[in-house]
Amino acid sequence: MTVTTTASAGPRDDREPAPATPPSPRKGRRPGRALPYLLLLPALLLEILVHLLPIVIGVAMSFRELTQFSLRDWGAAPWRGLDNFRLVVDLDAPAGQALLRSFVTTCLFTVASVGLCWLLGTAAAVCLQDTFRGRGLLRALFLVPYALPVYTAVITWSFMFQRDNGLVNYVLHDQLGLLDSPSFWLIGDNSFWALLTVSVWKGWPFAFLVVMAGLQNVDREMYEAAALDGAGRWQQLRRITLPSLRPVSQVLVLVLFLWTFNDFNTPFVLFGKAAPEAADLVSIHIYQSSFATWNFGAGSAMSVLLLLFLLLVTGVYLFLTSRERRVSRG
Amino acid sequence: MRRIRARAVRAAAGGAAVLSLLAAATACGGGTSASGGSGESSKTLTYWASNQGPNIEADKKILEPELRKFEKRTGIKVKLEVVPWSDLLNRIMTAATSGQGPDVLNIGNTWSASLQATGALRPWDEASLEKIGGRDRFVESALGSTGAQGQDPAAVPLYSMSYALYYHKKMFAEAGIAGPPATWDELVATGKKLSRDGTWALGAEGANLSNNIHQVFVLGKQHGADFFDAQGRPDFTSDGAVKAVKQYVDFMAEDKIIAPGNAEYAQNQSLSDFAKGRTAMVLWQAAASTFASQGMADDEWGVAPVPVASGAPGQGTSTNSMVAGINLAVFKNTRNVDGALKFVKFMTSDEEQRLLCSTYGSIPPVKAAQTDPAFDRPELKVLRSTLATSAQALPQVPNESQFETVVGTAVKNLFAAAAGGRAVSEESVRAELTKAQAQMAQG
Repeated sequence: MTVTTTASAGPRDDREPAPATPPSPRKGRRPGRALPYLLLLPALLLEILVHLLPIVIGVAMSFRELTQFSLRDWGAAPWRGLDNFRLVVDLDAPAGQALLRSFVTTCLFTVASVGLCWLLGTAAAVCLQDTFRGRGLLRALFLVPYALPVYTAVITWSFMFQRDNGLVNYVLHDQLGLLDSPSFWLIGDNSFWALLTVSVWKGWPFAFLVVMAGLQNVDREMYEAAALDGAGRWQQLRRITLPSLRPVSQVLVLVLFLWTFNDFNTPFVLFGKAAPEAADLVSIHIYQSSFATWNFGAGSAMSVLLLLFLLLVTGVYLFLTSRERRVSRG
Repeated sequence: MRRIRARAVRAAAGGAAVLSLLAAATACGGGTSASGGSGESSKTLTYWASNQGPNIEADKKILEPELRKFEKRTGIKVKLEVVPWSDLLNRIMTAATSGQGPDVLNIGNTWSASLQATGALRPWDEASLEKIGGRDRFVESALGSTGAQGQDPAAVPLYSMSYALYYHKKMFAEAGIAGPPATWDELVATGKKLSRDGTWALGAEGANLSNNIHQVFVLGKQHGADFFDAQGRPDFTSDGAVKAVKQYVDFMAEDKIIAPGNAEYAQNQSLSDFAKGRTAMVLWQAAASTFASQGMADDEWGVAPVPVASGAPGQGTSTNSMVAGINLAVFKNTRNVDGALKFVKFMTSDEEQRLLCSTYGSIPPVKAAQTDPAFDRPELKVLRSTLATSAQALPQVPNESQFETVVGTAVKNLFAAAAGGRAVSEESVRAELTKAQAQMAQG
């Protein structure tokens, strides 16, 4: 508290005597203005070191021919200009086609996963809004997937998805008879649904948590007023709850989108380093292009394109949502 | 008052900033000196061992006493790390990139040429080989899988293995089958008798990329295909290669002697199926210790050479195994070359070879150690004779490890298609292999 008042007060005090003694205000002003930056400096330096530097190196790598021959002395790897980018976006060549297919798969997967996470999270949060016996227990139970370590949880899922001995086929085929024959979940086209299931199972508790927090800010009186005016539960949800949750949902969807689109752990643990085509997410695809075929230049080029795409989507999303907010406010 | 407070705050903030900067700087400094520690002193070595036993703890228990023995003799302390197979190649590549790695390390022998190309391993010139007793101490076929031809080996053989056909005696007897098949036709015919009522004739690890490669490489040899041309360029779509891959996948798709569920196996589930009496045969390398750990007695299973079309394994189209095994390499950036060579000499000594290979159930690549009675078991006799007469090394080309990944994945995809009930035709095999080859061309 003291920091803010004194820091902002400093320059104001100096401003009046300024014309009389010109050098002194400069003296006084500088450290005052610099203080916030000085305080930010350590964080900034670490941020550069931990986040920005690897990104810059990654971008530099995308312009080089970095293979097993040049790996050891990677500073001296030959420059290839835009060749790596040309290779990975050339839709007439197999590499470009594979990347495009993987990109489309990832988009479908992300839309489905984020949509389901949001829907489940919001539904559960709204249902648990009113107090009833066992609410605390349910809330805790719903958060369990979020609290489990990713690897442990996904490995467990991979056991459950095994064809011959897995729990999923035991329930769906042996017990309920929903499937004519036991299905494969970890290879072939079904792998998409397996991946989506795990992703939603893992992601929706976060949506639940955030929406639950957002609901605490909705004024209870609005519901009472609406009820007096004859609005039913559905109308209350549509006209009060959802509009009030809008700012929370907007941030939530963005965060879920970025996490899901970039998710590496889930497919990697579920399928190993060669994911089936139906579940070949971009992150796994880039990993395979870099580590399995030892072509780090092409892998980096794909990463840079992914980064640009995510930046673009985030930028457009933030622009649209902030404009919407301005419009609705004005 | 305000001013004094402001000044104090500023001073404190400045101090804090400087402190945290210092902390960051020292952290960096600490990082460099710590990571530069490998082999700095001539009295220590870092050794990355691969996972050879049932698990990593077992490996430590087996190796630690030997390392202490080495320390007692030479005064050099060896720091052991057993690296799981799933991480080993990535760890070596990271070490190659950063220059910070172990002094001595185990590598899969099929990676020799790939890693040789990175320049991360110290070449074994004649002088170095002399220091460990010379090239002649080793079995020739094992030396064939230590790097590209015409170059100094990138590593020396440590443990050797080869493939054999393991069969379940009781299941054979119940089906009225006299002995193991010697040709593929016999295998399919026998297999059809054995595949009934929930039991299956042959096991496979359809989602294990390396295993897929080992199998189709040998079948490729039998069809006269090599997967690489004489210049070392990928040649995955030759007729022989297509036939080889199709023949392997057809054991599931066409002949129906492999259970469809095997398409997703990658963690040696086929061996547990064998031990449980659900599968009658597996094509495997040195499986004895795994069978024992699954509770099988040694007389419950038999061993025969892997079938070939002619029925008599040999060279060329009668090849029936790859040269499997582990090599020992010295990291180029080691600061203790002398100690590293001493350690390699120790690990490849007759005494250690006898001890370690008999513990791991593998064959010593050192000729003198092979005479030990421990290696006269019927299983090891088959493996030894295969290794000596009818095994060939996987292509010793720089992009071998990429080949394992992309062609291994192609076979995995084909198994997935076969298991899903889709037909596997020459066209579909060729299409998968074309896709695999295109991935290689990226580089």
